[in-house]
Amino acid sequence: MSILINESTRLVVQGITGRDGYFHAIKMKAYGTNVVAGTSPGKGGTHIDNIPVFNTMYEAVDQTGANTSAIFVPAAFAADAIMEAADAGIGLIICITEGIPTLDTIEAYNYVQQKGAILIGPNTPGVISPGKSMVGIMPSQIFKKGGVGVISRSGTLTYEVVSHLTSKGLGQSTAVGIGGDKVVGLYYRELLEMFEKDKETQSIVLIGEIGGNAEERAAEFIRWEITKPVVAFIAGQFAPPEKQMGHAGAIISSGSGTADEKIAAFEAAGVAVAREPSLIPKLIVESQLKKIRE
Amino acid sequence: MKIHEYQAKKLFSSYGIPVEQHILCHNVDEAVSAYEELNMEKVVLKAQVLTGGRGKAGGVKLVKCKTDVMNYAASMFQMKINGLPVNKILVSEAVNIDSEFYLSFSIDRKNRSVIMMLSSEGGVEIEEVAKYTPENIYRINIDPFVGMPDYLARRIAFFLFDDMDLVGQIVQILQNLYQLFIENDASLAEINPLVLTKEGNLVAVDAKMTFDDNALYRQEDICFFSEPTEEEEMELQAKAKGFSYVHLTGDIGCMVNGAGLAMATMDLIKLNEGYPANFLDIGGSSNPKKIFEAMRILLQDDRLKVILVNIFGGITRCDDVANGLLKAYEDMHADIPIVVRLTGTNEEEGRALLRNSNFLVAETMNEAIRKAVNQSIKAG
Repeated sequence: MSILINESTRLVVQGITGRDGYFHAIKMKAYGTNVVAGTSPGKGGTHIDNIPVFNTMYEAVDQTGANTSAIFVPAAFAADAIMEAADAGIGLIICITEGIPTLDTIEAYNYVQQKGAILIGPNTPGVISPGKSMVGIMPSQIFKKGGVGVISRSGTLTYEVVSHLTSKGLGQSTAVGIGGDKVVGLYYRELLEMFEKDKETQSIVLIGEIGGNAEERAAEFIRWEITKPVVAFIAGQFAPPEKQMGHAGAIISSGSGTADEKIAAFEAAGVAVAREPSLIPKLIVESQLKKIRE
Repeated sequence: MKIHEYQAKKLFSSYGIPVEQHILCHNVDEAVSAYEELNMEKVVLKAQVLTGGRGKAGGVKLVKCKTDVMNYAASMFQMKINGLPVNKILVSEAVNIDSEFYLSFSIDRKNRSVIMMLSSEGGVEIEEVAKYTPENIYRINIDPFVGMPDYLARRIAFFLFDDMDLVGQIVQILQNLYQLFIENDASLAEINPLVLTKEGNLVAVDAKMTFDDNALYRQEDICFFSEPTEEEEMELQAKAKGFSYVHLTGDIGCMVNGAGLAMATMDLIKLNEGYPANFLDIGGSSNPKKIFEAMRILLQDDRLKVILVNIFGGITRCDDVANGLLKAYEDMHADIPIVVRLTGTNEEEGRALLRNSNFLVAETMNEAIRKAVNQSIKAG
């Protein structure tokens, strides 16, 4: 098991003829992901590395049975791509594109909800279930199959954390980037629920950052609903207020969204919080031992 | 992007949202003639600065005669509020306040929608109301495909008023403010206070708006309002090159790929008792030219005692980073130590390129940060 993606994932890459879409479609395929189609309006009928390209998502789904999409189209058109995927019947939409206007994301998200699909991102590095499937832009070589579920708002920080996990022999069931934007699809809560139900996942690492209160809500949820050990890390402990720290959503505004509040919320919920990424593996092992003793 | 009150009021007026009479002034003389032009006994002087808390800092004053206008305007133009100089003030009509309310539209991350908040307690911080008397705040999440039709605006209006004239007034304000918010890609549109005057009119006495940076490419009119400070100017220059830069007060220059890792780097420097001079996320690109540009930004900063480069290659390739660094070093003659940590895609090649160079190479993030902090201490 794993969550969201696995061996039966059939992926369509939206924007496959663009620079990033092209590069990562080939990388994903090389990793073993079942990339069944790509789309690019006007390029229908061509192939990229033996992957058939279609003009529309409707054709791609119809002719290849794709069930998951990865979006690489430019920001100004990405919300439209999300809606096209949902309307064409895609169940899981993973939007890699960064810089989409928030109001566009809100519309696209609400449309995806109406269609009963799931949205991950935008501004996400993607999802990987090591050894099974990878949808996104992650450096797959640092991941290893195992029992840790990883949920993160950031890309390279996830890699930093995962490399510490892998080097200590702690492999991953699935790692999910929820995206660094103000408004994104799935949040911690939904993913925590999925990891709780997933048999392969034995513990969970949650990588958060300043801005909003999703971490605080996650802490409340963990306190009551999650039985597996959870270790958290929060980036931006020393971030100045009212400044956007790279990610559109990483901003402390009107004094709220600070790392201190988030860390306090996790600690109050019995979640171990690592002060630095390299300490995460140790805390996982300790939390697992503690759960066993309980 | 934030805009000034006077700019937000310009937008309000063009969307039919009533504001009090006001005149923008750049110096004391202009303030005095504005007072004469308004020809009212009482006026309010309001400092125009892009920061909160101006009331507490003395940036808002009710004045009743020409001499006071002169004196208070003069002292306001001398002020710095949260470090920002006051270059403009508004001379405004002092309306006869019967009661004050709060109205805003903003982004609700949790519900992934625009949220309307209305409160019977205006003129105070909404965070305070939320904390102590949350029952006085009325919230509605707005369906993007429905917007603010009459029935919804009326439903909100009846939360505050029974009088149909006032209901009609606030319905107009709700619909116009929502339209302004959506059409201009705002992230916040706030009226605090929304004043009911003794004459029975609703007037926006303050106006606060911020806009979505990701949408500025399609909002030319809003970009026109931009007034960056010196610090923000540097941040904007970096942004134009595809970086995200935030000025900090320390002496360790940072170059990192990815926002989360960049924040974690900053945190770990502080935990090791060093002081980051900046946050610089070079984004997910592998182009050696970009590395070169990032080095140029850092080397322009004469506060720096050491530079720390922390790269975890995913899309970014370590050999490209190394090439960019070598080129920058050769062209710009850096005379401060540079600590480099390269991990991930093509790390072997990248590290090999830096062998026998003047860069201090570290293998892990912790090692790199300890080295950088030591160098900054050594340099005194």
